[in-house]
Amino acid sequence: MRAAVLPPLEDRGGPAQPLLTVGGLVKHFPVKGGVFGPRRAVQAVDGVDFSVLKGETLGVVGESGCGKSTTARLLVRLMAPDAGTVIFDGESVGDALSLRDYRRQVQMVFQDSYASLNPRLTIEDSIAFGPRVHGVAARAATGRAHDLLARVGLEPRRFAGRYPHELSGGQRQRVNIARALALEPRLVILDEAVSALDKSVEAQVLNLLLDLKRDFGLTYIFISHDLNVVRFMADRVMVMYLGRVAEIGARDAVFDAPAHPYTAALLASMPKADPAERRDAPPLSGDPPNPIDPPPGCRFNPRCAFVEDVCRRTDPPLAALVPQHSAACLMASSGSGHSRAPEIAA
Amino acid sequence: MSVLAASPPALRAERSPGYWRGVGSRIARDPVVVAALAVIVALVLMALLAPELAPMAPDKGSMIRRLKPIGTPGYPLGSDELGRDMLSRLIYGARLSLLMGVVPVPVAFLFGATLGIVAGYAGGLVNALIMRTVDVFYAFPSVLLAVALSGTLGSGLGNAMFSLTVVFIPQIARVAESVTTGVRKLDYIDAARASGARPLTIVLEHVLGNVLGPIFVFATSLVSVSMILASGLSFLGLGVRPPDAEWGLMLNTLRTAIYVNPAVAALPGVLILITSVSFNLFSDGLRGAMDVRS
Repeated sequence: MRAAVLPPLEDRGGPAQPLLTVGGLVKHFPVKGGVFGPRRAVQAVDGVDFSVLKGETLGVVGESGCGKSTTARLLVRLMAPDAGTVIFDGESVGDALSLRDYRRQVQMVFQDSYASLNPRLTIEDSIAFGPRVHGVAARAATGRAHDLLARVGLEPRRFAGRYPHELSGGQRQRVNIARALALEPRLVILDEAVSALDKSVEAQVLNLLLDLKRDFGLTYIFISHDLNVVRFMADRVMVMYLGRVAEIGARDAVFDAPAHPYTAALLASMPKADPAERRDAPPLSGDPPNPIDPPPGCRFNPRCAFVEDVCRRTDPPLAALVPQHSAACLMASSGSGHSRAPEIAA
Repeated sequence: MSVLAASPPALRAERSPGYWRGVGSRIARDPVVVAALAVIVALVLMALLAPELAPMAPDKGSMIRRLKPIGTPGYPLGSDELGRDMLSRLIYGARLSLLMGVVPVPVAFLFGATLGIVAGYAGGLVNALIMRTVDVFYAFPSVLLAVALSGTLGSGLGNAMFSLTVVFIPQIARVAESVTTGVRKLDYIDAARASGARPLTIVLEHVLGNVLGPIFVFATSLVSVSMILASGLSFLGLGVRPPDAEWGLMLNTLRTAIYVNPAVAALPGVLILITSVSFNLFSDGLRGAMDVRS
């Protein structure tokens, strides 16, 4: 049974239902510690909770190795999580929603535009592959590939028959975006999707992404290490540190009034155009701790400017400061014992 | 969907020249590869047209015309230890020598590539199972393994080719596994997995096209090894049996004449050398031509 089009995906839970709810997501990678060594694991993602609302862009920021990309790969199920639940539009993935149906609705764009296209396939074949896998007839799938190429700004008659090495980086990333959209997904995960592009091309691709989001009613998870880009794209921002969520909240709240000292340090590390605002000392020194052996208590305590004894003993929960803005810092949680913590409201 | 439905119907796209056409044009530009290919074609033609080309029957001897030097009237390349015409025997010898050089490789390619690709794509336990079994065969030097196998099975053309096939399967499997493992890590395989495709579909549509080329290049280089091993087996009396003409066997029987008439005794060796060098040059050229970014 070869269909001409994919069956349409319907919104089940209504606009108030988050599109994606992630609870307690864990992924540890075992590392070999010698034959008699202790069993150890890199705690790449260690208990991550967040949700993504319908139609929003959730920006995810953090240093290299903080678990951003692992989280993305867990969400598209390129690897299985060790623990945790993923609920997509009210349905638990793997139970109520089969993996195959889930995959159609969640697609990903990778950072390396060259490695993410099969060098032996023409770009129309690369884009048509997904719909064909889901039962669309070859001709219809190719037609759809051409429509999508036109939609991402590549003239189908010029580009459809080309091979990836004949395109520029920006063109290839447009192809990757078209490929991700070929299955008509509802959620697109952009993992450093524009980081490898030069600035002028990056701006074009970002605008394309915003247009596509509006036209197709998409929801984005936008992962980047570039804070300016995240500020431009995101509605809400999640800051990750060492496999955990450090802070999550509305974009302006996080950028203007960061509640976690790590967020503050990240923001201070952004290059400033105004010479008066430039600073000599780095806001954050040292490397992040080894994720095999995270420090006890708060994971940020060895690098934190406000560290107190309690920070080395207590692992701070992700506490809400105001609705929709939470931070995993003892200074943000009342009655935590930190001298800067807010008073317990009587 | 509504946005897409509004766009005009798909038109046939201009197609870039295909991958293999590019490979062909890059090969054509390399004089060394073209020459090697020409030699290979000439050798194959020589084998096919042996009855027409050979001036004499390959097994017709003359006890009074033994070990004539090169250039003797009627014997342009001399005669062997039984007075048979060397030129005719060399021409006929191409048949069995090429057969034994060429047949084991594609058979081993089929089995070795399948094993290696399955191991490389599946990874984990399946990989360990297949590759450790392959490693057992690696414990023996390939010549020793071929000799032991054909020695056990008995001499003869079929057994010799079978043992050469067994010798090559692990080598091809090893290369196939490493190439597949490399390709599997690339993002386009992840993208295909994220689209919900089944493993078999991914292997057929995304893995094969990217791994067969390098494995094929490696297999081409094995043709010369196969010829030399086959000659070695015949030399030891495990391959072709006299009086059939085969270069390795001829080298063996003429070895006693090496002090009397060294030039004639070396001729089969020279042909083995030319053939194997041609196959090696061709496979090197193919490797270069298959690199898209060159």
